[in-house]
Amino acid sequence: MNRPNRKSAALFRLGPALLALACLCGPAPAAPADEVALQVREIAPGIFVHPGRQEDSSAANLGDIANLGFVVGGRCVAVIDTGGSLAVGRELREAVRRVTPLPVCYVINTHVHPDHIFGNAAFAADAPVYVGHQRLPAAMAARGRNYRNALERDFGTAAAGSEIVPPTLTVRDTLDLDLGDRVLQLRAWPTAHTDNDLTVFDPRTGTLWLSDLLFVRRIPVVDGSLKGWLVAIEQIQRLQPKRVIAGHGEAGAAWREALAEQARYLNLLLAEVRQAIREKKTLQQAVDTVGLAERERWLLFDGFHRRNVTAAYAELEWED
Amino acid sequence: MSVRRSLGAAAILAMVALHVPAAGAAEAEPAADIWHMVRTSLFGNRPISEQSEGVVELDAPARAEDAATVPIAIRTKLPQNPERYVRRIYLVIDRNPSPVGATFTFTPESGRADLETRVRIEEYTNVRAIAEVSDGSLYMATRYVKASGGCSAPAGKDQAAAAARLGKMKLKLDEAAVPGKPVQAQLMISHPNNSGMAMDQLTRLYTPPHFVRRIEVTYAGRPVLTAEVDFTISENPNFRFYFVPRGEGELKAEVVDTDDLKFESSIAVRREGAGS
Repeated sequence: MNRPNRKSAALFRLGPALLALACLCGPAPAAPADEVALQVREIAPGIFVHPGRQEDSSAANLGDIANLGFVVGGRCVAVIDTGGSLAVGRELREAVRRVTPLPVCYVINTHVHPDHIFGNAAFAADAPVYVGHQRLPAAMAARGRNYRNALERDFGTAAAGSEIVPPTLTVRDTLDLDLGDRVLQLRAWPTAHTDNDLTVFDPRTGTLWLSDLLFVRRIPVVDGSLKGWLVAIEQIQRLQPKRVIAGHGEAGAAWREALAEQARYLNLLLAEVRQAIREKKTLQQAVDTVGLAERERWLLFDGFHRRNVTAAYAELEWED
Repeated sequence: MSVRRSLGAAAILAMVALHVPAAGAAEAEPAADIWHMVRTSLFGNRPISEQSEGVVELDAPARAEDAATVPIAIRTKLPQNPERYVRRIYLVIDRNPSPVGATFTFTPESGRADLETRVRIEEYTNVRAIAEVSDGSLYMATRYVKASGGCSAPAGKDQAAAAARLGKMKLKLDEAAVPGKPVQAQLMISHPNNSGMAMDQLTRLYTPPHFVRRIEVTYAGRPVLTAEVDFTISENPNFRFYFVPRGEGELKAEVVDTDDLKFESSIAVRREGAGS
């Protein structure tokens, strides 16, 4: 742990300036010996998805826990999310190379969470345009240092080179990205899962990449606005995509059911936390009582449910 | 005069000068050293009893589910008799960027020197509540809190919304007021409580620090709680505290932030509960 120590001290002194530099400091961690190449599946013509593991991020999986992928156009490739470490990002880049010789022109981050952005630096050599929500830079600035420290704490030396790479192109409302004979439609959402959620629609195949606006089987994480997320879900329910890609878990043909199940959980959270506040329960009392019957329904419930109650309480106590 | 600002700020400056800001240098600088520095700057060589059960207790979750909003409760055991009462409580979070996060000053009018609030936790850390009794003795309760991994960060969730609602306040009683008996009240302040440690990626400028720094609560014109705080307190600062109602009187909270913006809120306290 000697090297990370010295690095982390230096990181503080230079402060967030480092976040913008996105330098590739230090060698990449060696892949574990038993590692097979990162698997991607072509779920529609030119749309490749890697299913992340339904686990918490750890040194064992190096943050390979979110669904990642890329879209191949006639001229170039857009990568959508890059995984929870430089190592995962590099494997994703190799997966692109196995599929096509076309250059990576865009790296799109669907939001600020570490399992979606820490592979960004793996694509630096492609000199892509990094694309994110208009509020992604502020979120990266506010959280980047903490995310980096947590990564070093949890991954040790394997965290080396996993840097925060901010977007060079931001989306305020909507934006079209032309990959050559294929135009991706990006949409920046009002605060929902986070305050910087971005979705990607491919009209050619009718594929809507929702990322973490949809969690399938894995417990959703409220890190923006509970009420805002429920509004976003209503809007998504009115859309007619042929298929949807969730941020975690496979939505498949039954994506509407998965979205309804997520809405059910979030609505239950809304109702029970509102009631706790009405009953003058404290935040801690609400955390200790709300929604515990949901435990059997969701993966990783123990890791994130109480956090959701906390977030919901802090949001809803301002209502009346 | 602000005890916290003179002592606390000295401690913080010392931290920064030595690059011991918890989060970054956690491994390099043992937590014991951070505490030793804070302790020395706040209390010199005065003894601090860790046999604190009869004076002060600290409730904090073993795991900070949401590092931006960690509920803590400080409960004191002394009745606030004028002869011997808890005069001040220092909240210290060793590995936070500003370890001395808050000092709370109480009076016999407080009834109970209890306090609940929510804090930001940057890293795995000790959280300490040090109670200073009016006879000068010091007692400390300590809890170790693990900050959650994953997406948890001490930053706010909806930065634009927090800024838009700046200065809105709510002050209310949690229970009916009975004259002569300590009653719990809650103060909510809508404020982003920015640390100023985040750099805007586009402008390359640091977001200026902007946080609530002082809160004074009085009942019928007499102080019941004075708090010197910083960005250690979560976005939208929230405090539960006690005071002793006597007949009718006004409960009033005055808040000042780092831009010298002033906010206030008050309620009339009547015999059978609170008006507004």
